[in-house]
Amino acid sequence: MSYGRPRVLPVGHFQDVVRDESSLRRFLHALPGVDQVGLEQRAAGLATRSIKKASKMWAIDTAISMIDLTTLEGSDTPGKVRTLAAKARRPDPGYPDVPAVAAVCVYPDMVETAVTQLSGTGIGVASVATAFPSGRSIREVKLADTRFAVEQGASEVDMVIDRGAFLSGRYWQVFEEIQAVKQACGDAHLKVILETGELAGYDAVRRASWLALLAGGDFIKTSTGKVSPAATLPVTQLMLQAVRDWHAATGEHRGVKPAGGIRTTKDAIKYLVTVHEVAGPDWLTPKLFRFGASSLLNDLLMQRRTQLEGHYSGQDYVTVD
Amino acid sequence: MSDERLAVAKTYKLYIGGKFPRSESGRSYPVVDHRGAFLANASQASRKDAREAVAAARKAFPGWSAATAYNRGQVLYRVAEMLEGRRDQFIHEVMDAEGVAQRRAQLLVDTAIDRWVWYAGWTDKLATVLGGANPVAGPYFNFSVPEPTGVVAVLAPQVSSLLGLVSVIAPVIAGGNTCVVVAGQNRPLPSVTLSEVLATSDLPGGVLNVLTGRTAELAPWLAAHAEVNALDLCGAPESLRRDLEVTAAGTVKRVLRAPVAEPEWTITPDIRRLRALLELKTVWHPVGT
Repeated sequence: MSYGRPRVLPVGHFQDVVRDESSLRRFLHALPGVDQVGLEQRAAGLATRSIKKASKMWAIDTAISMIDLTTLEGSDTPGKVRTLAAKARRPDPGYPDVPAVAAVCVYPDMVETAVTQLSGTGIGVASVATAFPSGRSIREVKLADTRFAVEQGASEVDMVIDRGAFLSGRYWQVFEEIQAVKQACGDAHLKVILETGELAGYDAVRRASWLALLAGGDFIKTSTGKVSPAATLPVTQLMLQAVRDWHAATGEHRGVKPAGGIRTTKDAIKYLVTVHEVAGPDWLTPKLFRFGASSLLNDLLMQRRTQLEGHYSGQDYVTVD
Repeated sequence: MSDERLAVAKTYKLYIGGKFPRSESGRSYPVVDHRGAFLANASQASRKDAREAVAAARKAFPGWSAATAYNRGQVLYRVAEMLEGRRDQFIHEVMDAEGVAQRRAQLLVDTAIDRWVWYAGWTDKLATVLGGANPVAGPYFNFSVPEPTGVVAVLAPQVSSLLGLVSVIAPVIAGGNTCVVVAGQNRPLPSVTLSEVLATSDLPGGVLNVLTGRTAELAPWLAAHAEVNALDLCGAPESLRRDLEVTAAGTVKRVLRAPVAEPEWTITPDIRRLRALLELKTVWHPVGT
């Protein structure tokens, strides 16, 4: 399938694209428009696949290993983060063979607690930064926020873009900001949250995805989880197309992270099918695809128990967060 | 043109989480009256429908169990009011299903409505009758309160299609439990009409979920489901009862065993069914001096 696919450009051309404000704007506006009906139809079609038995077990374990176990509440306490870290290490104490999750995602002031709990486990600590979730602050504050998170030991930083600037067409400002944050991250991985629920339409999502990729985001992430609608299949599919095309053009692998609103195993499996079909099997790894979720993990664990024990499981058999 | 009007055939569906879905499996089965004449097609629920129903019941549990006893009583009384409004329809359905004479059917329907009112009245009296302050030898204020067991799966009686059904589900929800009921296999139509009554009453969606289909197919899944806290085997096929009890023990369910034969439902019950699905919580509270 080739319709709706951005032109594939060799690496050299991207340097032209990011030369100045007008070249960037020209590039983003020249991206082909999204065929909304086609996109949604394909997403719906991919969601009808039936995954059973051994494939389902594989999908459940893969999905668990891709989770960024998240707690982003005003009421977070070190105790809650410790509990979450324990769950991240061993999601189901009844079944030690359940894989650990990919990372724990917290606010910057909780990073230290999470890092202490998870050192030596290989589980990442992701921190949201840059005046999450609204992104409404000055750049110095956003950069200080990022530096603080990295100094505390975060191995991944989830930044939000300035949607106000993006929607009013100040792409260059957004571009520079992502670059600056990327620099402040140092070795930490940068995930760029587009907050697709606030971007008007699929065309804007495609532009924002490319903008984030051009600016150096290692991951593009759908949402903060604080805005509805959060992650949807069509939007994720669009972002997967962007990273696939980026790979075709540059040879670099960039990741995608849908976040918010993914609560059931069924949903998670739909996403995995979409990843496989749109980006390709290369992306079926926690290095390139993540779920930003909290309640999803319990449903995956219940489904896993259902598969193993032959009867439906219940909420009394998983930990309450 | 003929003056004769074409009858509007009714579609009988499941009742899950306050909605009326068809079976996920797409199956249905013919329901016949006591003489064997075709009455309607009813949805034949699958194990996945049972799973959805249990999930809906679990979701409804925190709200329903936390509602005040007074409020639960009001809601159940309102259900009785709505039942009264459909009295004639129920009488016809009971006559069709059970093959009883009109007078007997009237008695059965009236008793079912009265039974509902009777249980509605119990909601705010249970705590006093079953719980209370306990005398203890020590500086403690010790008291017991009944709390609902949780999600209760009920296999409804196979003979009494309305009164029997009401007699087993009303005590479940009166106590604050939520319920998944598998209607009597060959006489499911009054249960579907009952669910239409519930949908237009104030009972929150998911508190009572009605499945129609083969009891023997659905019962093992409900008995094994870890989210189900209690199982009423009233209408279980005799050959399955033992296995169902064994299965239910696997997830430590409270089990109400089936009676040897269906009781005479018209006799006013005691509160045994209410008590069976309530757990007593006892609190030791230190007091000064």
